[in-house]
Amino acid sequence: MAMTMHVDIVSAEASIFSGIAEMLVAPAKMGEVGIYPRHTQMLTTLKPGEVRVVKQGGEEETFYVSGGVLEVQPHTVTILSDTALRAHDLDEAAALEAKRKAEEAMANRESDMDYARAQAELAEAVAQLQAIQRLRKKKGM
Amino acid sequence: MASGKEIRTKIKSVQSTQKITRAMEMVAASKMRKAQDRMEATRPYSEKMRRVIGHLAWAHTEYRHSYLEEREAKRVGYIVISTDRGLCGGLNNNMFKSLLAPMKEWDDKGIEIDLCTLGQKGFQFFKRLGGRIVAEKSHLGDSPHLTDIIGVVKVMLDAYNEGRLDRLYLVFNEFVNTMTQAPTVEQLLPIPKGEIEEEIKHHWDYIYEPDAKEVLDQLMMRFIESQVYQGVVENIACEQAARMVAMKAASDNAGSLIDELQLAYNKARQAAITQELSEIISGAAAV
Repeated sequence: MAMTMHVDIVSAEASIFSGIAEMLVAPAKMGEVGIYPRHTQMLTTLKPGEVRVVKQGGEEETFYVSGGVLEVQPHTVTILSDTALRAHDLDEAAALEAKRKAEEAMANRESDMDYARAQAELAEAVAQLQAIQRLRKKKGM
Repeated sequence: MASGKEIRTKIKSVQSTQKITRAMEMVAASKMRKAQDRMEATRPYSEKMRRVIGHLAWAHTEYRHSYLEEREAKRVGYIVISTDRGLCGGLNNNMFKSLLAPMKEWDDKGIEIDLCTLGQKGFQFFKRLGGRIVAEKSHLGDSPHLTDIIGVVKVMLDAYNEGRLDRLYLVFNEFVNTMTQAPTVEQLLPIPKGEIEEEIKHHWDYIYEPDAKEVLDQLMMRFIESQVYQGVVENIACEQAARMVAMKAASDNAGSLIDELQLAYNKARQAAITQELSEIISGAAAV
C-alpha cells in the first residue's frame, strides 16, 4: 500500500478539506511544489491557484486557493487558505479606510455625538418617568 | 380611575409591543443558531494556526519574530468588538465595564491607550468617554467576512511593528451558553507563551520559501487576524443570544402588564354597571 499523509485545508471561515492523501500539489510562492509523505518540514506562502490532492486510492480532487500558507510536517500537511485575494496595496487601502472612518466619525460631532447623547438623555428621562409613575401608584393606592 | 376605553387602548398598544418583542425573540433564536454554526466553522483554522505556531516556537528558527518577544509597555492598544445594534440587554455595557478597570490601571501608570472599535456601540461609548480611537469599522452584518476586518487589524499591527504599541489586547464577549456571555479581555501581542507550548522535540527547523522573515510575517499576521475574526463571530452569537433572552423577558413583562390592565378594565366595567344599576333603582324608587 502506498504511503499516506494527513491533509487539512482550512480557511478562516470554513474547513475545506480534511483527509488522507497520497500526494499533494500546491502553488507555492517560488513555484509549484509536489509533496509526498515524509517530506521534510517546510513552511511557505502560497500564490493564488489550484491545490491538487491525490486521495488514498488515487482519486484526485482540486481546490482553488487565493493564497495562504502551507505547512509541511512528515505526516501532516496543513494549508491555511485565505478567503480573499490579498495584496499589499489592498491591505494598505483597507487600513487607510479604517483610519479615515475613525477620524471622520471623531470629527463629525454634530450628528453622531448628538445621537448618542440624545439616546442617553432619553434613557434618563424614561427612568425618571418610571420612578414618578411608581410614586404616584403608591400614593394613589 | 381610568375609563374603560382608555384601558382598552392601552391593552392594545401593549399587545402590539408584545407581538414585536416576540417576533424579535424568534428571529434572534434562529440567527443565534446560525451564528453558532459559523463559530464552529472558524474553529479548525485557528486550531491549525495555533499548532503551526506551536511548531514554530520549538523549531530552531534563525529569525525571532517580534510578536513572540515581550517588551516594556509604554503604550497599549485595545481592539474592542461590540454590537452594531442595541436591544440586547446589558451585553455591551457589561463588556465596557470590564474594560474600564484595566484601562484605568494603565492610565494611572501614565500609559496611553489606543482603541480600535469594531461595531457601532463600542465606538459611541468610547467616543463619549473621550478615548483615542485610531480605527473603526462597523456594520459587519450577521455574516462577517475576514476581509472586513483586515483594515482595522492592520492599523494596529502596523503600530505594533513600528513600536508605537507594546501590547495589543482583544476585547469581546465569549459565548459560554445561551444564558451566559462572558466579557473577555485577551492578550494578542506579544503572543502569550502558554498558548504556544507543545511537546518538546529535538531541534529542527523548517525549510522556508522564500525566506523565514517573509513567511513568518505573513503567518503571524494571519494568526492575529483569525483571532480577531473568531472574536467577531463569537460576539455575534453572544449578541443574538443576549437579544433572545432580553426579548423573552420583555414579552413576559408585557404579558403580566396585560393581565394587570385586564383586571383594572374588568373592575372599571363592573363599577360602571353597578353605578348604572343603582341609578336606575333609585330612579324607580323616586317615582
